Amino acid sequence: MSGSGALENANPLIFQRSGARLLTASDEDEDVHDPIDDREIFDILVVMSINDPEHPLSLEELNVVEQVRVQVNDTDSTVGIEFTPTIPHCSMATLIGLSIKVKLLRSLPDRFKIDVHITPGTHASEDAVNKQLADKERVAAALENSQLLEVVNQCLSTKSL
Amino acid sequence: MTDARLVLAERFNAHPDSRCWHVAWNPAGTLMASCGGDRAIRIWGKEGDSWKCLSVLQDGHQRTVRRVAWSPCGTYLASASFDATTCIWKKKQDDFECLTTLEGHENEVKCVTWAPSGNLLATCSRDKSVWVWEVDEEDEYECVTVINSHTQDVKHVVWHPTQELLASASYDNNICVYKEEDDDWECKATLEGHTSTVWSLTFDPSGQRLASCSDDRTVKIWKCQNLEGSGVCPCATVEDAFGSWTCVCTLSGFHGRTVYDIAWCRLTGALVTACGDDGVRVFKEDVTADPDQPTFSLAAHVSKAHSQDVNCVVWNPKEAGLLASCSDNGEIALWRYQEDDE
Repeated sequence: MSGSGALENANPLIFQRSGARLLTASDEDEDVHDPIDDREIFDILVVMSINDPEHPLSLEELNVVEQVRVQVNDTDSTVGIEFTPTIPHCSMATLIGLSIKVKLLRSLPDRFKIDVHITPGTHASEDAVNKQLADKERVAAALENSQLLEVVNQCLSTKSL
Repeated sequence: MTDARLVLAERFNAHPDSRCWHVAWNPAGTLMASCGGDRAIRIWGKEGDSWKCLSVLQDGHQRTVRRVAWSPCGTYLASASFDATTCIWKKKQDDFECLTTLEGHENEVKCVTWAPSGNLLATCSRDKSVWVWEVDEEDEYECVTVINSHTQDVKHVVWHPTQELLASASYDNNICVYKEEDDDWECKATLEGHTSTVWSLTFDPSGQRLASCSDDRTVKIWKCQNLEGSGVCPCATVEDAFGSWTCVCTLSGFHGRTVYDIAWCRLTGALVTACGDDGVRVFKEDVTADPDQPTFSLAAHVSKAHSQDVNCVVWNPKEAGLLASCSDNGEIALWRYQEDDE
């Protein structure tokens, strides 16, 4: 789970960032209830960067998160995210998933149920990583580990755009 | 469907700004102990009409306290923590004093439980092992065995209500049942059937059946085929007693997310579950059904029992129908389960 040492993926494909969210009149109207939507969650995630000194790229530029893989239901208070590791043997997959989960836990109201999964078919240990990310006891214990928490926080430090 | 109700009696914030992982009634049913992500254990007692915090035990653990358990005599309290230790507390008038800290697990201790005799204690951990500890009259604890039957984290351990028989549930999707033989604890049976992590186990009042709940959103009822009545079937040899368990019932389609806890009421026979969909559900057995093919129906359901995941449900050991639940939002709620007559 460490980002040091030889690069696993020395030459990642870099994707274009999507443009800024278009504001509508109702967005600025404080009287209109503004439910949390897919784009809002996506905007929270895209600024996260993988702490890799040689590739300080955002999750969007690495195509790890895409807006189409974010499913939000504000009424049911559910958020489902599928993320795509850059390579099928990416050893950072659990860390990336954990960081996405922590980012959402910190950003969203407590009522939300947050499910973070690997995009089906994109990682060798997909089931094991998904199971670990879904286990809130393991997640809670991991976040009490100060070294791991530091790595997660580095991952969550907003990349200057 | 429902001719029974689950009525909220009281709700209070037990672990503010934290998660409440577990709550346990003392054997007399007069006190509750709770624990959580704030690393503290709180003791609750009823004063007048409401429950008040009588003491806070906060110097025992360095990390989340995952579980608390009262000894059968009600004098001792054991606490299991993510800091890899288990603390034993002794009640002195109105306060609790930490007697000893049990060390040995490599990482998070997930569960602790006392045998009905009070002479044995079992703990389990993410290090995949189950430890059995022996207690002597001088309050000294000695590890008598380390069992490595699971291939992943062990989430829960529970003792049989009358026999020295232990069961454990794991992230490896299986349940193991252990018995002491020739001074050694052995895994007598592995119960396979759940398709994801098994979070909790509970024996029925007679000890003939075990209920399990899982991340696969189901509840399973397992029956020991060697037990007849309250004792061991005379035809069964000691070797194969408790060795043969079959799943006789699966409750699926009721729970929307992970089922974190399950408790069988010793007084009413009702089965209650705590779910990650914020719900508390009570199931009642159809007494006319074939014991080898039991059927359970949903007798009461509170869909938003808490505003976040429900982590634990426990029946009061003395007052029939009184139920406590706790949640990720730090709250404890008390409920009255009422079966309408006819």
